[in-house]
Amino acid sequence: MQALQILIDGFAISALYALGATGFTLIFGVSGVLNLSHGAIMVAAAVAAWAAASVLHLDTYSGALLGVAVALVVAFATYFAVVKPIQNSRRIPNEEKEIFVLTGTLLWGIMIQELIAYFFTNNAKTVLPIVEGVVDIFGVRTPRNEIFTAIVCCLVIGLLWILVNRTRTGKAVLAASMNPRGVTLLGLELTRIYVVVWAIYGILAGIAGVLLGMFLGVSSYSVGPLTASAFSIVVLGGLGSVSGSLIAAFVVGYLETVTAYLVSPAYRTIPALLLLVVVMYIRPQGLLGRR
Amino acid sequence: MKRSSRVPFHAMQHLAGVAALALPLGLAAVAPTGALAADTLKIGVIAEAQAIAGASIPQAAQMAADEINAKGGIDGRKIEIVSYDNHSSSADSVRAFQRAVNEDKVNVVIASYISEVVLALEPWAARLKTPFVTPGAASNEISKSVHADYDKNKYTFHGYLTSAALALSVCDAAKELLVDQKHMKTAVIMSEDAAWTKPLDVGYEECLPKIGLKVVDHIRFSPDTTDFTPIFNKIEGSKPDVIITGISHVGVQPTVQWKNQQVPIPMFGISSQATNETFGKDTNDAAEGVLYQGVSGPNVAVTPKSVPFAENFKKRFGNYPSYAGYTSYDEVYYIADAVKRAGSVDADKMVEALEKTDWEGTIGRVQFYGKDDPFTHSIKYGKGLITGLMLQWQSGKQVAVWPKEVAKSELKFPSFIKVTAN
Repeated sequence: MQALQILIDGFAISALYALGATGFTLIFGVSGVLNLSHGAIMVAAAVAAWAAASVLHLDTYSGALLGVAVALVVAFATYFAVVKPIQNSRRIPNEEKEIFVLTGTLLWGIMIQELIAYFFTNNAKTVLPIVEGVVDIFGVRTPRNEIFTAIVCCLVIGLLWILVNRTRTGKAVLAASMNPRGVTLLGLELTRIYVVVWAIYGILAGIAGVLLGMFLGVSSYSVGPLTASAFSIVVLGGLGSVSGSLIAAFVVGYLETVTAYLVSPAYRTIPALLLLVVVMYIRPQGLLGRR
Repeated sequence: MKRSSRVPFHAMQHLAGVAALALPLGLAAVAPTGALAADTLKIGVIAEAQAIAGASIPQAAQMAADEINAKGGIDGRKIEIVSYDNHSSSADSVRAFQRAVNEDKVNVVIASYISEVVLALEPWAARLKTPFVTPGAASNEISKSVHADYDKNKYTFHGYLTSAALALSVCDAAKELLVDQKHMKTAVIMSEDAAWTKPLDVGYEECLPKIGLKVVDHIRFSPDTTDFTPIFNKIEGSKPDVIITGISHVGVQPTVQWKNQQVPIPMFGISSQATNETFGKDTNDAAEGVLYQGVSGPNVAVTPKSVPFAENFKKRFGNYPSYAGYTSYDEVYYIADAVKRAGSVDADKMVEALEKTDWEGTIGRVQFYGKDDPFTHSIKYGKGLITGLMLQWQSGKQVAVWPKEVAKSELKFPSFIKVTAN
């Protein structure tokens, strides 16, 4: 009974982590950018979806769409206002650009966080679930929304897989992650590929943020922990490896859920962080890293 | 009038290996320097301006000051409020307190609904010899410290009920509403791990069995918790009739998840965020059926001042105040009253006058326990003074259900709640 409960709850949270981390790792894989404003973009999406319903009185679907749209806009803003100027700068030496991008996106994230706290308070906001009510799965009372979350996450990840492996744009993205110079030699413009990747990222982070807002709720305080969790999942799975991130998301999701149920909810995140330390020692490239 | 201090760098605490950078990101607007200090009473208000429970504190204080000033001030002396947003941080609060006293020359400080913050400020009130009243913190330690070292800590006043008194208030209400009316027998205590809930839980453990509610489990959880599923799951496992809550830092998330997961057990107790009218919106009305202790509430005539205050507050700020709004409003009034009686803004004279406070405010009749009581400088709890209320979220509104003198409705629960009926 409790095992089934852990299985169900763990799946929903893991699928959500997977969705959040996929976009994060995709950007790193393709453009070498570690976007530390990731959590802020997710929270912005959730808060926008909340505000759409509570302030603008839109229905749940429009609210969710607005949330995703806001994430897309913020993702583009992150790229065009923060990342691209650093990448194109002649005054920043190339070898220092990565650290500049790290710091730039980190500060950008804090700015978004403070703006959200300023305008919408730092209290938790929750998005009205698209499907309400509960179903009984072999004695485990499960909110329909939890099932909905898991299904949407799996669908979106599936679509992403098709996009990357079966379409021309996707193949260009994949090629850029393997050999950016080769892609430019083939006559494809790298900047355009980056824009596509940031668009995909924005949509993924937006969907993950809105779903998280429905499932658990977010506040401006969630920004740091959300970035940190995506970061640890991606490092655990191997930086830049999408399949590695998916596996790592489920490892972390289930480890947290098992700890919360069997040990104590207060220690939820600790075992996953310990695992991260262990992996760093024995396999620094992560589970499926390429280096 | 808002001043921002440095933003705490808490966001990335889990991220090892990333260079730590802190940036003051305050959206600062510098207050105009006003009239001469000699003919004004300057009150520093340090509060959690961005939190549901704290946001009402500076708003209510400003409202009281404006009302008093409109009537000519205190014997001609105007009140000036200087607000500081502490971002719910003790470090920011201490800096704000120092700045308030040393640079902005305030005469008295009203600060915070968080016990950790108030306990951090208490020694500063002593060092800087500045009277200091909290509108919303509850820890017993605040007034116990005044009792333990009166000469040093006499500057601190506890303008809200102690955790011990809060537990009593919840038990008194539970006796009538849950035990007598609904014949409930068992309870689980669910509280966040914070300074104010330690004495609260001790109080609950002591008084719940006395009124006939057996405590079958006791869950304390981290205020960082986001997923409450395992907690509700564990509570349901021990099959209690009611969940007795002690929550303030959290509120929206457990409430929404309680509703989404359709946990069939009512929640009853302290839920600070639920005291603010904005809680309904913040939870998308998941608050329906939640029972919370309050010192006052919308449409509840605790005293003749309660309803007009709540209505005027709503007119001005768009929502009914949180519990700390009522106390903060009263505090400005009884500080003004003390200054009037003392005829001076001298710190020691103000302390003496505040000790003699006998003020009918929006939450009841305010008097402070004396030097010889264990909770020195805390407001007195009891009939004819302050007893607290029990309110319930019903059809999106906060409705008083206890005590019966002010009750407007019976208990009502959403359909997923199974109440052990008569």
